[in-house]
Amino acid sequence: MGELAVEKHVEYILAVEKRKDSFESVVMDHLRLNGAYWGLTTLDLLGKLDTVNADEVISWIMKCQHESGGFAGNIGHDPHILYTVSAVQVLALFNKLDVLDIDKVATYITGLQNEDGSFSGDMWGEVDTRFSYIAICCLSILRRLDKINVEKAVNYIVSCKNLDGGFGCTPGGESHAGQIFCCVGALAITGSLHHVDKDLLGWWLCERQVKSGGLNGRPEKLPDVCYSWWVLSSLIMIDRVHWIDKGKLFKFILDCQDVENGGISDRPDDAVDVFHTYFGVAGLSLLEYPGLKAIDPAYALPVDVVNRIFFSADN
Amino acid sequence: MHGRPRKAPKPEDEAASAAKAAKLRSLQSQFFSFHHSKIYTKEAVELSAKLLEINPESYTAWNYRKLAVEHHLSQPESNPDSVKSILDDELRVVESALRQNFKSYGAWHHRKWILSKGHSSIDHELRLLDKFQKADSRNFHAWNYRRFVAELMNRSEQDELKYTEDMIYRNFSNYSAWHNRSVLLSNLLEKNAEGFLSKEKVLPEEYEFIHQAIFTDPDDQSGWFYHLWLLDQTVKDDSPLLVSSWPAHGSDLFLLGDRCHNGSAFSPFTTLHSDSGSFPVLLYFNQSVEGVSSSTVTVESGFNKNEDLVWKPLSASNSQTAQVWVAHLKFPTSEFHSSVEVSVGHSKGIISSKGFQYSYPSTFSFKVCVQPVNRDSSQASAAENISWREEDFKVHGRQSQESIPIVSFDQLSIRNDHEPTASSWRAEAIAKEIECFRELLSLMDCKIGKLTLARLLMAYDVMALPCANKLVHSEEVLELYNDLMKLDPSHYQYYKDEHSLVLLQQVTSSRESLLKHCFQYKDSVSSSICNPICLRLNNLSLSQMGAFEKLLWVQMLDLSQNELQSIEGLEAMQLLSCLSLRNNKLRSFTALEPLRKLKSLRVLDISYNEIGDHSIDTTRYLCSSPLSHSVGSEWNKDETVISDVALINYWEAFFIFKELSLKQLDIVGNAIADEKFKSILVKVLPTLKWLDGELLD
Ligand SMILES: [Zn+2]
Repeated sequence: MGELAVEKHVEYILAVEKRKDSFESVVMDHLRLNGAYWGLTTLDLLGKLDTVNADEVISWIMKCQHESGGFAGNIGHDPHILYTVSAVQVLALFNKLDVLDIDKVATYITGLQNEDGSFSGDMWGEVDTRFSYIAICCLSILRRLDKINVEKAVNYIVSCKNLDGGFGCTPGGESHAGQIFCCVGALAITGSLHHVDKDLLGWWLCERQVKSGGLNGRPEKLPDVCYSWWVLSSLIMIDRVHWIDKGKLFKFILDCQDVENGGISDRPDDAVDVFHTYFGVAGLSLLEYPGLKAIDPAYALPVDVVNRIFFSADN
Repeated sequence: MHGRPRKAPKPEDEAASAAKAAKLRSLQSQFFSFHHSKIYTKEAVELSAKLLEINPESYTAWNYRKLAVEHHLSQPESNPDSVKSILDDELRVVESALRQNFKSYGAWHHRKWILSKGHSSIDHELRLLDKFQKADSRNFHAWNYRRFVAELMNRSEQDELKYTEDMIYRNFSNYSAWHNRSVLLSNLLEKNAEGFLSKEKVLPEEYEFIHQAIFTDPDDQSGWFYHLWLLDQTVKDDSPLLVSSWPAHGSDLFLLGDRCHNGSAFSPFTTLHSDSGSFPVLLYFNQSVEGVSSSTVTVESGFNKNEDLVWKPLSASNSQTAQVWVAHLKFPTSEFHSSVEVSVGHSKGIISSKGFQYSYPSTFSFKVCVQPVNRDSSQASAAENISWREEDFKVHGRQSQESIPIVSFDQLSIRNDHEPTASSWRAEAIAKEIECFRELLSLMDCKIGKLTLARLLMAYDVMALPCANKLVHSEEVLELYNDLMKLDPSHYQYYKDEHSLVLLQQVTSSRESLLKHCFQYKDSVSSSICNPICLRLNNLSLSQMGAFEKLLWVQMLDLSQNELQSIEGLEAMQLLSCLSLRNNKLRSFTALEPLRKLKSLRVLDISYNEIGDHSIDTTRYLCSSPLSHSVGSEWNKDETVISDVALINYWEAFFIFKELSLKQLDIVGNAIADEKFKSILVKVLPTLKWLDGELLD
């Protein structure tokens, strides 16, 4: 099955940052801050975060901040909660949360909570449980969770729970592994996992593993490396990860590597990208691949970064 | 990026890509200059449309168009016609963006935003959706949008239910349609809508429908979860039930002070040694409930005022709902006899987590006999080490089964008188399903057939014979799970866990089978444990623990030599004072969270597990800690810096052990248990006398 091509992946991530002239990279311009989070977290898991210039990254990130306190996906774009969380996560990686005006960021996020407890992604009112997760994750990292109505936020997420044990974007929405990660993650961070039917959801999640060993995101869909993260982290948070075959998933992820040029793709022999490279490496970390740093299943940051935030004496 | 083949780019492709990139980049920079200067001219708005046509994910461009719409609508010259034309333009832009990318969140939301303005016709929307949903019947954006439109036009849930039927008949393999059906049907049932008044009528029709999907292709998962939901609807009464209690109905409880009473007249199953002057009363429900309090539960005793009792939920998290509830009754220090009557749910207020009232009031009673306390002779035995060696256990009752007044087994669980009549249609429906799945398995060997049959048989045994406590099908079910482990090895551990639970149900299903696992711990009455009956469920290859509702009386439990990596649910065993988990697969201290609720626990053996071996902790969030905000502000970081070792490395052990008053701990054989760790442990656990068989000073 081969091994993780660590050096190749590091080279690939560092190169992507610099390659800005292809059509794909322009199309992705608006979510460059997400890209930074995927790339930098991967580097940290591989033990290579010190190959980037932290000050450069941080000064660019701060240029993405809008006067409202939220961050845009790139300089000049509009602020959105999706990019605000990436900014906070990257700053946490570098242990540089102190460059933020924390209350200003917290005010932006707090302002997005709706009467029913749900969260909008930005001022235009799109509601989705992804945004609930992001708000809760972000505020928790910033130690400002008390600024929102947590009880209402939790009740809204619970109202999106389905009869198969999974969760959707809004009440009635179909269960989807990515959405399940968001909802289970938010419930984990708020100490509310008792709302999850662990055995029912665990069975649904473990049945995402298909013959090839890969995981899909919904029944009767193709496997995809990105679900290695969403399904695995959810299974870990509810302590049911032993219900899948870890060895077969190992093999599937490693088979999706481009061993010549670095990077990981959605399925074997497809084109690689940073997104799937991150989810592949994060998935391997959850599978305890030797030599990789451990990643936290709820905050999606390395465990040492999360522990530093919550347990170190100087915080 | 999804589904794009990996190939080295050809030079001509690269050139084409660079040219397209340059064009898009120049569009973008023009767009941003309009956006930042708040220019909403026709030319500017058209440019944003061009940008979105190439890249529907450019969210700022959608925002810009909303600003432009608001700008134009607020102009004094705007009139109904101009408004309609502006909004129609937006709908057109969205439609072409969706053709480019059907999964664009920004495009779908823009459409909702425009429609919410209330000036556009919605009739077109269902036609558009029909087209989209035929092209991709699983697109969840389209299904979400469909629910939005249906609500906006007040379309009936019955009509939408019919739509899911049409979609499913077009192709059984449509999980999205089955999902939407489950949402609509449960709404209709909940509202008691016309034609949906009784499950008794609706569910059999749904079973017929789902069989068509499962029989067409048993390996297709689309119908699996819908069938399981129907099964759940059939088996479970909506309102919660009391399953068992401690003390059991009709039992005689002997309460002893510090010293063990050496009279063998007391049943070791109902004798409790308490140095706290109180004993617990436990209520075990069939599902999580809230609202158990001294106003919903009445305890009549000669020695406690009902209003003084505090009922606490026993759940691993700090929620106010739990399957098991406990209250502590204080008893007098002098010799005393009294009977206690507990009435549950005679006034409203106990509610399931799904919102259903507890509606079957039940009452149970037991007798309490208090023996006077003798404090003098307890000192000597307090320091005794409990060993779990084989030679310390003797089969219980072989020599004197008659002389031990073991409580009648049926009294361990509560009879629910309403059951036989109310559940007749339910039992019939399950029996019919059993027949049906046996037929499926006679046609082909398939995993869903076996798994469903196993679930059905267990449900049938519990439902058809609620009082008999007999499991007629358990051997067959165990065999089915054994088959499944071979048939579907990827999910081996799932079947193994289910197998363990059925095995435990079997062991606890009769007095005879349970007594085989009851052992006498040493002969000596000088033993520091007062009730030397040990339930030994060791060496049974258990990967999960269960049947707690039958084991509330256990004070000494041996679970060694199994494959447990979790002890979820063990918090229900409030009487436990000695527990061996030696030689299991526990991976972390956080997995011991249930022990934090066991206030009587004094002796714990977790030697030879895997604590410290794993980088990923699968119970990290099932344990109360600052990570999950379930340890409140009372937590003070200063107290956690123990002998210069920062909490950061040992927080799990700290949070688990600081709540326990252990006298004896065995931890050897775990990677984490080095000398440094043990020295910290001694500080976290000041009550500890024995650590790894060594007497501490
Ligand atoms: Zn993917």
